[in-house]
Amino acid sequence: MASETAAQLSNNLLYCAMVAYAIAMFCYAAELAFAPRVRRAEPALVGSGAPASELPPAADQGDGAERSDRLGRVAVSLTTLAFGLHLGAVIARGVSAGRAPWGNMYEFSVTGSMVVTAVFLVLLARKAEVRYLGLFVMLPVLLTLGLAVTVLYTKSEQLVPALKSVWLLIHVTAAIIASGIFTIGFAQTICYLVQDRRERRPVEQRGPSFMDRLPPAAALDRAAYRMHAFAFPIWTFAVIAGAIWAENAWGRYWGWDPKETWAFITWMVYACYLHARATAGWRGRKAAYVALFGYSTFLFNYLVVNIWLVGFHSYAGVG
Amino acid sequence: MVDTALSTAPEADREPPGGPVALGPLGFLRWMWRQLTSMRTALILLFLLTLGAVPGSLVPQQGVNPLRVAQFKAQHPALAPWYERFSLFDVFSAPWFAAIYLLLFISLAGCVLPRSRAHWAASRARPPAAPRNLSRLPVARTWTTTAPVPVVVEAARTALRARRFRVDVAGTAVAGEKGYLRETGNLVFHVALLLLLVAVAVGNLWGYKGSVLVTQGSGFSNTVSAYDTFRQGVAVGPGSLSPFSLRLDSFSVRYQQDGDQRGAPRDFHAHVMFTSTPGATPRRYDLRVNHPLVVGGTRIFLLGNGYAPEFTVRDGTGAVAFSGPVPFLPRDSNNTSTGVVKVPSARPTQLGFEGLFLPSAVLDPVRGPISVFPDERLPRAVLTAWTGNLGLDAGAPQSVYRLDTTRMAQVQMGGRPLAQSLAPGQTMTLPGGQGTIRFDGVRRWATLQVSRDPGKGPALVSAALALVGLMLSLFVSRRRVWVRASDLGGGRTLVEVAGLARTDSDRLGDEVDDLTAGLRAVAVQEPFDEED
Repeated sequence: MASETAAQLSNNLLYCAMVAYAIAMFCYAAELAFAPRVRRAEPALVGSGAPASELPPAADQGDGAERSDRLGRVAVSLTTLAFGLHLGAVIARGVSAGRAPWGNMYEFSVTGSMVVTAVFLVLLARKAEVRYLGLFVMLPVLLTLGLAVTVLYTKSEQLVPALKSVWLLIHVTAAIIASGIFTIGFAQTICYLVQDRRERRPVEQRGPSFMDRLPPAAALDRAAYRMHAFAFPIWTFAVIAGAIWAENAWGRYWGWDPKETWAFITWMVYACYLHARATAGWRGRKAAYVALFGYSTFLFNYLVVNIWLVGFHSYAGVG
Repeated sequence: MVDTALSTAPEADREPPGGPVALGPLGFLRWMWRQLTSMRTALILLFLLTLGAVPGSLVPQQGVNPLRVAQFKAQHPALAPWYERFSLFDVFSAPWFAAIYLLLFISLAGCVLPRSRAHWAASRARPPAAPRNLSRLPVARTWTTTAPVPVVVEAARTALRARRFRVDVAGTAVAGEKGYLRETGNLVFHVALLLLLVAVAVGNLWGYKGSVLVTQGSGFSNTVSAYDTFRQGVAVGPGSLSPFSLRLDSFSVRYQQDGDQRGAPRDFHAHVMFTSTPGATPRRYDLRVNHPLVVGGTRIFLLGNGYAPEFTVRDGTGAVAFSGPVPFLPRDSNNTSTGVVKVPSARPTQLGFEGLFLPSAVLDPVRGPISVFPDERLPRAVLTAWTGNLGLDAGAPQSVYRLDTTRMAQVQMGGRPLAQSLAPGQTMTLPGGQGTIRFDGVRRWATLQVSRDPGKGPALVSAALALVGLMLSLFVSRRRVWVRASDLGGGRTLVEVAGLARTDSDRLGDEVDDLTAGLRAVAVQEPFDEED
C-alpha cells in the first residue's frame, strides 16, 4: 500500500537524519574542544548596541583554530543535511497519513524537533554568532527523536474525530513552533547560567574550558531573552487558537482541562520571566531560573499531562 | 542599560520612600496601594496564581469531571474533607484563587492607569534634549565636514523625519525619538487582559451550559428540566432558552480495526432531526465533533456516546413492569459499560438490576467479564438482581446510574448471588417467581452539550487585542537618536550622531549607521578626517 510505503520511507529517513544529527553533534563538540583556549578580554562595559561577542580572528590562532573552524563548518553542513532528511521524514509521514503529521505524540515530537533545527539554521543563516549552540541544540533534538522512535512510536493512522479540524493545523503548528523556539531559548539560558557562574570567579582561578568559546554571559542572556520574547507571542497565539478550537469542539473556550491548565501555567511562568527581567533584583540569574522553570512546565505538560492525566486532550496514542 | 520594557511600575515608584516616617491612616493606605501596585507584588501574585493552578490539574475537578471527584472522595475518605475545606475540588472558583487573581488585576489596573497618563504625556512631549557628551553613549559616530551647521541640522531633521522619528530641533542639535508603540502595546496588552476578565464574567452571568443524554430514537426540548446537568448565570431568565427541540435518529461510529491504535474512534455521526421553534419544519443535521449545530445563537455539540441496552422486566405477577432502553456509562475505551435498571412498579416487591454491558464480551480470567473492542461484536449484558425497596420514595435525589441497596437484598441462587450473562433475546429468571428480565437488544446514546456564551465574542476580541499589544510591546524598540553639529571654525563642522536604545536591541547600531550614511551624502566627510 502506498501509505505504508510512505510511512516506511518516513521512518528510514528519520533514522538517517538521526545518524547525521549524531555526527553533527560530535563535530560541534569537537569544535568546542579543539578550539585554542583564548582568554577573552572582559568587556568593560557592555553597551546595549555593541556586539558583545568578539572572538579573536581565527587567523591569529594558527592550526588549532583552522581545524576547529573546519569542524564547525562540517557540523553545520551535516546539520543542514540532517534537516533535509528530517523534513523529508515529516513530509512522508504526512503523505502516508493524508493529513498534517502532528496528530499524536510521536508525530509532534518528530515535527517539533525539526522546528528546533530549523530555528537554529535560520539563526545561522542570519549570520548570528550561534554556532557554539550547535552541541546544545543537537542534544535535545536527538533526545527527542530517540524518545519518539522508542517510546512514543505509533503507526501512521487516521485521527480521532476530535482532531479532525482545520484548527489542528493552526493551533498545533503554533504550539510546535513556539516550543521549538523555547527549546533554543532554554539551551541559551543554560549556557548563560554556566557562563555567568564562570565569569563570577576571578580570571586567574578559571581553568581552561570550552566555555571560553561561548559568548560572554551578558550576550547569552540577551540572546536567550530574544528567543523567549519571540516565542512568547506565538505561544499566546497557540493558546488562543486552542481556545477557539475548544469552543468549536466542546462548546466552551476554556474549561480548565489539565492540558489547558498547564498551557496556562507555562504561559504565566514565561510571563513572569519577561516581567522578572524588567524588575530590579530579579534580572539576571533569578530571571533565568524562571525561564528554566517555564520550560520544565512545558515539558511536564507535554510528557506527564499527555500520558498520565486524564482529560479531553488525551491524544497521545501511546500505550 | 535601562530596561523599562515590561515594567508595570510607574517610574516614580521605583525608589522606595525615604526613611521610616510615621504614617497616618491615609499614608498607610497610600503605602499599601504602592505596595500592591509595585512590580514585585505583581510578580509574586503572578507566581501565586501559577502555583494555584497546579492542584487544579492534579486533583479531580468538580466542574471538569464530577465522576472522578466522587471516585476520589470514595478512595480517600480522610483526605477529602480537607481538600474540600480548601476548595481543592473546585480550584478555579475557589475564594482563594479568586482573591489572587482579583488582587493581581487590581495591581494591574493600579499600574496601567498612571502609566497610561505618563505615556499620554510622553507621547505629546518633545523628545529629550541631547546630552552634553554624545560620544559617551553606547552608539556614537562623529566626523567633520565642510557643510555649514544649519545645513547639517536641516539634513538631520529631514532624515529623522523620513524615518518617522518624533523630532525636535534645539539650537544646533536635533533630538529624535521613536517606538512609542512599544509602551502603547504594553498598555493595550494589560488593558485587554482586564477586558478578558470582564468578558469571562459576562459569559458566566448571562450564559448557560447544559448537557443531556439522548438515546437513539428519542429527543429533547430545550427547557431547563430536560437537562441532566445545567449551569446558568444569575442573569439568565427562564425565557432566555431558545425553544428548539431535536431527536436523535441514529448514531454511527467507526473504529480503527487493527494496528497499535485498534479500537480508537475514527468517526462519530449523530443524525439528528431538529426544529428551531415549535411548529417549524423539522430539519436534518449530521452532528459531528467539531461541527456543532447552531440554532438561534445556541450551539449544540456532540460530546460523548455510549450504549443503552434494552430490557423488558416482568414482575412476580407476570405483568410487564418495565420495557425500554437504559443508558449505561462507558468505563473504559472499549466501552465496558455499567448501569442499573430500576423497576419501582414491580409487584410484590420492587426490583433492581445492576450490571455490565459489554459490546464485545470476553470473560477475562483475572478481570472478569470485560469488553475487548468498543464496537458491537459480541454484545452481552451481565446482570445481578436485587429485591426490596429502591428508596425512590424517600425524596432524596438519586443517581440513575447507581442502585441504593441499603434496603434491598441481593437475589441468591445456590448460596451465591445470582449473576447471568445474557445475549440479545435471552432472559434471566429470578428464583421463587420474583420476576424475569429479558435483554431485548441495544441502542446507542449520545451526550449533547448545549451552550450559550454571550461573553465569548468579547473574550476573543480581548484576546486578539492582547496578542497585538503583546507583539508591539515585545518587538517595537523604543530608541532615541541625537544629531549635533558644532562649528569648529575655519569652515569645518563637527557632526555627532548618537543613539540610545531603551530596550535590548541590537539593531540600533545598524540604524545609526544607516542614518550616518544618509547624512554623509549631505555633510561629506572631510578626506583627511580620521574617523574614530
